[in-house]
Amino acid sequence: MEAAAGGGCGSGPSLLLSDGEQQCYSELFARCVGAASGGQGPGPAEAARVASGTASAAAGPVADLFRASQLPAETLHQITELCGAKRVGYFGPTQFYVALKLIAAAQSGLPVRIESIKCELPLPRFMMSKNDGEMRFGNPAELHGSKVQIPYLTTEKNSFKRMDDEEKQQETQSPTMSPLASPPSSPPHYQRVPLSHGYSKLRSSMEQMHPVPYEGRQPLVQPEGTSFGVSGAKPLRHQASLIRSFSVERELQDNNSNYPDEPWRITEEQREYYINQFRSLQPDPSSFISGSVAKNFFTKSKLSIPELSYIWELSDADCDGALTLPEFCAAFHLIVARKNGYPLPEGLPPTLQPEYLQAAFPKPKWECALFDSYSESMLTNQQACDLNGMEKTSVKDMADFPAPTQDVTGDDKQALKSTLTEALPKDVPEDPATPKDSNSLKARPRSRSYSSTSIEEAMKRGEDPPTPPPRPQKTHSRASSLDLNKVFQPSVPATKSGLLPPPPALPPRPCPSQQPEQVSEAELPPQLNRAPSQAAESSPAKKDVSYSQPPSKPIRRKFRPENQSTESQEPSTAVGGPASGATVKPHPTVQKQSSKQKKAIQTAIRKNKEANAVLARLNSELQQQLKEVHQERIALENQLEQLRPVTVL
Amino acid sequence: MENELKFHYMVHTSLDVVDEKISAMGKALVDQRELYLGLLYPTEDYKVYGYVTNSKVKFVMVVDSSNTALRDNEIRSMFRKLHNSYTDVMCNPFYNPGDRIQSRVFDNMVTSMMIQVC
Repeated sequence: MEAAAGGGCGSGPSLLLSDGEQQCYSELFARCVGAASGGQGPGPAEAARVASGTASAAAGPVADLFRASQLPAETLHQITELCGAKRVGYFGPTQFYVALKLIAAAQSGLPVRIESIKCELPLPRFMMSKNDGEMRFGNPAELHGSKVQIPYLTTEKNSFKRMDDEEKQQETQSPTMSPLASPPSSPPHYQRVPLSHGYSKLRSSMEQMHPVPYEGRQPLVQPEGTSFGVSGAKPLRHQASLIRSFSVERELQDNNSNYPDEPWRITEEQREYYINQFRSLQPDPSSFISGSVAKNFFTKSKLSIPELSYIWELSDADCDGALTLPEFCAAFHLIVARKNGYPLPEGLPPTLQPEYLQAAFPKPKWECALFDSYSESMLTNQQACDLNGMEKTSVKDMADFPAPTQDVTGDDKQALKSTLTEALPKDVPEDPATPKDSNSLKARPRSRSYSSTSIEEAMKRGEDPPTPPPRPQKTHSRASSLDLNKVFQPSVPATKSGLLPPPPALPPRPCPSQQPEQVSEAELPPQLNRAPSQAAESSPAKKDVSYSQPPSKPIRRKFRPENQSTESQEPSTAVGGPASGATVKPHPTVQKQSSKQKKAIQTAIRKNKEANAVLARLNSELQQQLKEVHQERIALENQLEQLRPVTVL
Repeated sequence: MENELKFHYMVHTSLDVVDEKISAMGKALVDQRELYLGLLYPTEDYKVYGYVTNSKVKFVMVVDSSNTALRDNEIRSMFRKLHNSYTDVMCNPFYNPGDRIQSRVFDNMVTSMMIQVC
């Protein structure tokens, strides 16, 4: 062994090993090699991979050993790179010794470089993990514990070789992972336990031979777990995948708690992996993967279509044709299990139920994801707020919408923080987002309608200056000249006043007429009053009387004597009496006003007539078109009927 | 086996009746057309009910004539359940329309329905 080690040393970087080091390293190497050969009985491929037939330590126990050195993962990666194992593809004696030397260097605080191994170093120290340490020391409890795992997983030994092959393939593949290669690394705990068990047996047997560098068990589960969780993010790296597999292996034992169906439990590493895969298909972790996308992805796993169909049936709980993240994880897990030889269950196992998966998601990851989804929901809320803010119509709308959205975001926050589940952030942002979106959508057309109505109203205002009171006054003003006559001819106004009510229904007047109307409003009321006084008027005229009363008061005083004179002629309405007197004095000014108004009215009439003509022409054209369309329709129906009996035989 | 063949034959002939009914209602808009077609035709032993979806997928149900307890409403509800299960099957992206349905959920639903009736 030592001779071989010496020979191996010559080929690599020149190593000067002290005797103690030589002994130690060779022991370790033998251990690893022995474990490799012991743990992999049906592993001819392993041997084939070994170049030139020299014994080489399998990557498994080597990684285990390196991990036991308590060095951080990055350092171990560096070491493996430096020692040449990556280059060569396996741990030959040279590489192994170099690696051990580097480990020693790193543990002494020296930088991990080839130069550092040239100096004298203490032996590398290896802290055994709880797993191996306990097994190594032959702790019966732990052994039993590990043995309990075996019956579950003995069926998987035959697939171990396949897993290993696939793992090796994984290295050589391009960085874009295919689900075929990468999933095998996720449930390797099924396979690794028998390996480690065999390894531990060997080590416990060889333990007596070499007491030196190994220390007792260290409860290093957590820090290593997390550090390897970080390294687990790079599954392509050979070491990383192995390291991850071992940490997963430890977790398997920890997860012995509630559910008897171990194979259906998703471990942390697997979950992270699934989440990464989900992200590669769909960047938003709170959203769906569509059916076709998922189909393409899962068909890469080379399972048969009926099986995939069945897996989909199991995992898509809400049967919506899309997979949410827990559904995706469940489906992925089922596929992985199926590939490893597990029969598919009749129903979805409880550990794969979406509710369970959502509740069990690791928090740090999901705080980020929640934050993402929450920020998205906030964004949608803000967008909704912005959209609502863009409504030009009324401040009231702006006040209304931000208030309810803020309330909902408050609810969102509480929901997110309290449960830390995925469904709620998925559902709640979507649900309030969608009603908010619908609200904003509804609001937007509403805003448009508001703005349109405001424009229309503005336009109408431009066209329609006279409010009802002025209009009748105008009419009354028009009739004022007649009314003047009526003053002296009480018999006439009866018929003339009958004309007065219809004019209020005239179409809107042009703008210029508005001002003279307003100017003459003061004079109009007395004329208005004359109308009701001279005839039994309907209510609008009386209203006009009421309108006109205040402005007519100053005039009334002037014309009191005239009122008194005319009062006799207007015995019916006392109100109309005093006002009617006022009509005498403003008569000449009224006449001027009335002429102006006449012209205005005449222009309005002309314009209306033109509009009428245009509309009439339009109407006739449309009527013609309608007739033509009717005729066409009749022709088509005839044709259809002719054709129909031919087809229906 | 004989019975199966007979049922197949019955279902095939009833398809023509379904087509007739569809075309008869075809003048009106599709929206107004009812999905449930009702009793297609009664034979001496069996009654055949029809249902067609908006995508022209036809469900045909053959019921024993001696089973007089079955009401129209029940048949309607059964068709509705069938329709829902069918849409669930269609949601599966691995299912190609036109294939034989191999969904266990669907089969279970149908079996339970048949057991419930009988």
